[in-house]
Amino acid sequence: MNVAEAPPADASGRGAAFTGPTGGEELTVVEPLIFERSRPGRRAVRFPRSSDAARERSAGQPELPSTVLRAAAPRLPEVSELELLRHFNRLAHLNQAIDLNFYPLGSCTMKYNPKVNEWAAALPALAESHPLDPEAVSQGSLELMWLLSELLKEISGFPAISLQPAAGAHGELTGMLMTRAYHRANGEGEQRRKVLVPDSAHGTNPATATMVGYETVTIRSNERGGIDLEALRAALGPDVAALMITNPSTLGIFEDQIDQVVEAVKAAGAIAYMDGANLNAILGRFRPGESGFDVMHFNLHKTFSTPHGGGGPGAGPVGVSERLEPFLPAPMPVLAAGIADEVRANARAGRSTPDARFAMDWDRPHSIGKVRSYFGNFGMFVRAYTYIRSNGDDGLRTISEDAVLAANYLRVRLHDVYDLPYDRLSKHEVVFSGRRQKREHGVTTLDIAKAILDHGIHPPTIYFPLIVEEALMVEPTETESLETLDVFINVMRDIAEQAVTEPEALKRAPTTTPVGRLDEAAAARRPDLRYRFGDVTDAPAADTRERRRAAATRNAPRT
Amino acid sequence: MTYSPHTDPDRERMLEAIGAATVDDLFADIPTSVRASDWDLPAPLTEQEVRTELARLAGRNRMPEVSFLGAGVYRHLIPAVVGEVIGRPEFATAYTPYQPEVSQGTLQSIYEFQSLICELTGMEVATASHYDGATATAEAALMACRLTRRSIIAVSAGVNPDYRRVLGTYCSGPGIEVVTVPIDLAEDGSGTTDLARAAEALGPDVACLVAAQPNFYGQVEPMAELADAAHAAGALLVAVVEPTSLAILQAPGDYGADLVAAEGQPLGVPMSFGGPYVGLMAAPMASVRQMPGRLVGATRDAAGRRGYVLTLQAREQHIRREKAASNICTNQALMALAATAYLSAVGPTGLREVAELSMTQARHLAAALEDAGLAERRFGGAYFAEVTMRLPDAARRHAALVEQGIVAGHLPERDDPALRDTVLLAATELTTDDDIARLVDALEAIR
Repeated sequence: MNVAEAPPADASGRGAAFTGPTGGEELTVVEPLIFERSRPGRRAVRFPRSSDAARERSAGQPELPSTVLRAAAPRLPEVSELELLRHFNRLAHLNQAIDLNFYPLGSCTMKYNPKVNEWAAALPALAESHPLDPEAVSQGSLELMWLLSELLKEISGFPAISLQPAAGAHGELTGMLMTRAYHRANGEGEQRRKVLVPDSAHGTNPATATMVGYETVTIRSNERGGIDLEALRAALGPDVAALMITNPSTLGIFEDQIDQVVEAVKAAGAIAYMDGANLNAILGRFRPGESGFDVMHFNLHKTFSTPHGGGGPGAGPVGVSERLEPFLPAPMPVLAAGIADEVRANARAGRSTPDARFAMDWDRPHSIGKVRSYFGNFGMFVRAYTYIRSNGDDGLRTISEDAVLAANYLRVRLHDVYDLPYDRLSKHEVVFSGRRQKREHGVTTLDIAKAILDHGIHPPTIYFPLIVEEALMVEPTETESLETLDVFINVMRDIAEQAVTEPEALKRAPTTTPVGRLDEAAAARRPDLRYRFGDVTDAPAADTRERRRAAATRNAPRT
Repeated sequence: MTYSPHTDPDRERMLEAIGAATVDDLFADIPTSVRASDWDLPAPLTEQEVRTELARLAGRNRMPEVSFLGAGVYRHLIPAVVGEVIGRPEFATAYTPYQPEVSQGTLQSIYEFQSLICELTGMEVATASHYDGATATAEAALMACRLTRRSIIAVSAGVNPDYRRVLGTYCSGPGIEVVTVPIDLAEDGSGTTDLARAAEALGPDVACLVAAQPNFYGQVEPMAELADAAHAAGALLVAVVEPTSLAILQAPGDYGADLVAAEGQPLGVPMSFGGPYVGLMAAPMASVRQMPGRLVGATRDAAGRRGYVLTLQAREQHIRREKAASNICTNQALMALAATAYLSAVGPTGLREVAELSMTQARHLAAALEDAGLAERRFGGAYFAEVTMRLPDAARRHAALVEQGIVAGHLPERDDPALRDTVLLAATELTTDDDIARLVDALEAIR
């Protein structure tokens, strides 16, 4: 059966029999690939022809040498607009999303993404502005960036902000590069080579330390789930560049000795880095900048509600202390003329300040340089600014109160059926363990997660943090109603019950999703990472000559 | 306003279940010495009020009526259907597809994206995306260091200055040296990477040569020769490409590029004052285990249904921690989806039309300015859809035109003083004959 016979996706979402292009194997396809929908000559979009005058006029300009021309057109799909739209709409139907149901993915803060934010980001004067447009015509965009920086300073207690990093991990990289620059400026660049990271940390923390050329030293947690102060003190010394600590931690616990932690780090001459991924729990309650931290990244896509987009875009601004400020990435949006207090007050009242002028400041001699092209993920800044202004002071406080309330509510309603290795006050999330279900009934956390799928709910984060056996990391956020939380509690209790009565059924889950459990081992063993047109092999060519020869064959004119 | 659904009775019920008297009790674990002092933030706004504020800020931007700005970011038609696809909340409000059974939409679209990028670049494997072209370039160069076990990166001065800045920042941490290979800046010179200087720079410790096609100044580089020079020194060629140009220009895999990085913004992503964009990266299959970032692979379930999963995750930070190929976690999935929908919407014919129209209008623009005696090409040799032109008194006249609603391209002198009194002018399929006539007239008026 060839591609031309690919069936339409069936509405049930379970697919129809169809021999895939990978060579004779019977595969059921839920939705064919866009390439399998392609028919020569179909198209969705047409472009105008250039004018005769334009073609005549340009004739005297230098021609492209034949050696740089492409031999054959790239085999992009050829589809009508309706076919295109249906394809992607059908794919959309295969996704779980916040806008459909509860999505308590721990550590990711899957809160509601308000639609007015999208309206704002799509305003043509913002969405269609070019990053290199002269400052004279970009005053609104620059003012927005400046105002957002001012708000983030006030929220975090840091005296300076860079909006440039494109994601949380990118903010970490920025923070650690500044750490390195700071120690180098003090003549301690060679001496301080270690970064301390608690064993509960996100994997990005140690990976970031490596990218900056640092050695990671893991600090164990104590029996209460906090960082072990004695172990920390023992590890601190003149060879330590920084401590990277997530607070509240990935266990959903506030480090209740954070004052002593920061003090010890600073006494050792190291930089105190706070991973701000879990800021959603502490708005208005704890300001890292005024508590002695030197640097923190924000995740605008978590705390400040910008959509996660199926895995990005995010935005990871960093806030820094005075001693790191000189090293912030360039350029920075600045108020080049006008009075800051006046501009802030006017913006609060929805007024512009006529004589204010905003600019990009490139003159930062100690800056680590740029970490991203242009100024960062501006579209995310628009959304975050809209969100912060909508919520205001009271709203931001309410966010954290209600997020923490919801997490603690889940904790007390579920801790009798799931083990809770660290049974303490929760912040934004609560981490259960499925070890009892595994030990007593052979039901793993993976089985539990897959069973949750059959209830239309996205499972919590699983098997993280690594220090919790069979971890189930639940972050409800503040935007889920009590009814939704109660439904989730009932689902989790039912599954715990089922683990006792019919564990085999849980092993078969999920049964209501578009596909069942997928063979991930096979995917890694024989990587199939792209569509094959039938004439491309995966055998890596030995050298360039061979690759060019293969390419020439591939690009031979086709009929 | 807040988006919390909780009523006071709801809160009471939760507090009661928890056994707490007040919500403050839930924050008792914050040491008193570090509790937040009062902050000074604005009061909440209603939707109506916040719209007014955002409309105020947008209104402070003055949208140019005519613009020839490119320099790495291009104004192309974004078909309405692309906006419709990425606006779907099932895509926009999902996260990283950690649970493949309920993320097949995202996963399959990324697999399609990877396939499209492989096809465009002539490479064997492409990642699920990076933050932008600059970080993709930096990550590709660092990957070249891992692959060759060498620690110097040579970069052509024809690569976007912003990309070179980011590359420098990324390399500063691990102490990787970056050497710049000049381009031929002679008046009427080629404006392309100096081959002799490239060969000189490619010493035994150099991991790769990074070069752009077309280069920042619009000039078409001899990429096959640059690849040969790199390979002769045991180094790799990292090609930085503009994706719409690949409808016309040779695919990097065909001229011997070892790694490819690109900014995907021209493929259906709004300019949005610099982001979010989407970085593209492609490589040969043999080097896949050194690639940074996410990869999606096809597999099947027990019932024989085709499905897609995140794969080869042993390269990534959440498994490998300090031994990961990169710290990248989030990518730019929604922007990658925009590129996937865009490439599917325009198809091979449409992409070629975009490239040809852009190129024709750039040539039309250059010819019109030359014919009027207003400007002349700074470099000899072929260019793609962007052209560097000598324009006497460029900075002053550029500023004067801005006041008339015309942005006469980019002034490269900030990055390279040798290019004083030049402008870098871009055209796309949206550049009209009238736009060009308006630029010519306006420049004539302020000779």
